[in-house]
Amino acid sequence: MKQVPIVELQKVGVTYGQGPDQTEALVPTDLTIAKGDFVALVGPSGCGKSTILKLVSELLEPTSGTILFGGRELGAKPMRVGMAFQSASLLPWMSVRENVMLPLKIVPPFKADFRAKKGGEYRDRVDDLLAQVGLLDFADKSPWQLSGGMMQRANLCRALIHDPDLLLLDEPFGALDQFTREELWQTLQALWLDRGITVMLVTHDLREAAYLASRVCVMSARPGRIIEDRAVPFARPRPIDITFESDFVSLVQDLRGQIVHAPVGRTEDAA
Amino acid sequence: MTRTMEKIAPALLIVSVFVVWELFCLMAGISELVLPRPTQIVAALVKYAPAIWPHAWQTFYTTMVGFAFGVAIGLSLGVLIGSSKLAYKTAYPLLVGISSVPKVAVVPIFVLWFGAGTVPAILTAMIICIFPIVVNVATGIATVEPELEDVMRSLKATKMEILRNVGLPRSMPYFFASLKVAITLSFVGSVIAETVASNKGVGNLMMIAASSFNVPLVFAGLMVLAVMGMSLYAIFSVIERRMAGWAMRKEVQ
Repeated sequence: MKQVPIVELQKVGVTYGQGPDQTEALVPTDLTIAKGDFVALVGPSGCGKSTILKLVSELLEPTSGTILFGGRELGAKPMRVGMAFQSASLLPWMSVRENVMLPLKIVPPFKADFRAKKGGEYRDRVDDLLAQVGLLDFADKSPWQLSGGMMQRANLCRALIHDPDLLLLDEPFGALDQFTREELWQTLQALWLDRGITVMLVTHDLREAAYLASRVCVMSARPGRIIEDRAVPFARPRPIDITFESDFVSLVQDLRGQIVHAPVGRTEDAA
Repeated sequence: MTRTMEKIAPALLIVSVFVVWELFCLMAGISELVLPRPTQIVAALVKYAPAIWPHAWQTFYTTMVGFAFGVAIGLSLGVLIGSSKLAYKTAYPLLVGISSVPKVAVVPIFVLWFGAGTVPAILTAMIICIFPIVVNVATGIATVEPELEDVMRSLKATKMEILRNVGLPRSMPYFFASLKVAITLSFVGSVIAETVASNKGVGNLMMIAASSFNVPLVFAGLMVLAVMGMSLYAIFSVIERRMAGWAMRKEVQ
């Protein structure tokens, strides 16, 4: 039985600017994300990884092509999306708990009951999630009292609290040190296993992509194009030690080779 | 030790300025017609207190009314301009133009329209304090981090929701900082108007005192203004810490 993909990009291309200044950011691309997938987008900077996330989160409209959500066109069915970026951008005037609660104030259907349930049901919901990432003791703290890693944990919680259909992560761990980053990989993996969420992760860290994702899509330099869509076979839950095993290392090296030696631009024109 | 020092240092500085002033005048033998000594100013304050009081109240009242209108207009304009790039770019040059007109120059126009007295003073106090408030509030709203805006937009938040949950709270530290500047400017505005065209207010009192060479009374008027300005500044600092303490971080904790 074939499931309807949660997101499907059909010949989606993006061109920024107009006239002679225009730059093609994304060559018409096909990409299918199934429910429960964990897809990592890797590639050199400026290759259109973030552009794909912006398309999927409807922050950006494609110049050409169609994006289907759950088999239907954009706008037909509201998609619930959670996003997290490299900068945690928590609101400094709110406690960690209030920050995580923010989407419930905005996203239907939670929005309607927000006032009534803010102190009760929703509070428990937030605290459960905070406990899961080990932040419950810091729920009443202000964001600036947290370390960088803790801020990103809170940021993840804020992106997840409203049960999004799709979790979009744009280099969320890029500014963290190696140890903290690996801790957060494990946290994210645990969340993914526990909640059965669908994740799209943009990263330039190939080890991160190989450790976390079930599928790695390699993109070429601008204008971006998906040159490889590879399944990552390692069993879950993956221990952090896996990153030192030869299979893992050779996968990372292979991905790296593909990015370094990728043909630039659109190959179909050259052919 | 250093904390208590930090607290009393400003008062210490003010007192020592007065002491130096006093000694300087005494030693240089400066006439009170040129520069009265602080003790003479205080003496004049006490002597003319019943006469000063209604003027001080008038100045205080016109300033506060003008300031209140200025805050209301400044805040709404700031929100409007800050939340739209188009409005920001459209209105900014006009605002800069208006704010660079010396406010003394508009007093005669107000007098022409409304007659001498209270109304021009209120209007001058109002118009002089709008600009810093608008600029600060608009900056606070317009500089919301793009990532945060993307997070909000990906949640399908409306412009109003983004403004209410992110833009407005974020601009509060800017707003309260501008209030401290605005309140002192408002005093400048109302005193200018009183000096040019009014028969009431500290500005008017100083004009009359100066024309009769009662220099200690002129300085007494200045002193009253300084004290009023400082007290209001202090009040707004306290409000600022209450309302936007999060922006000062460690200081509150």
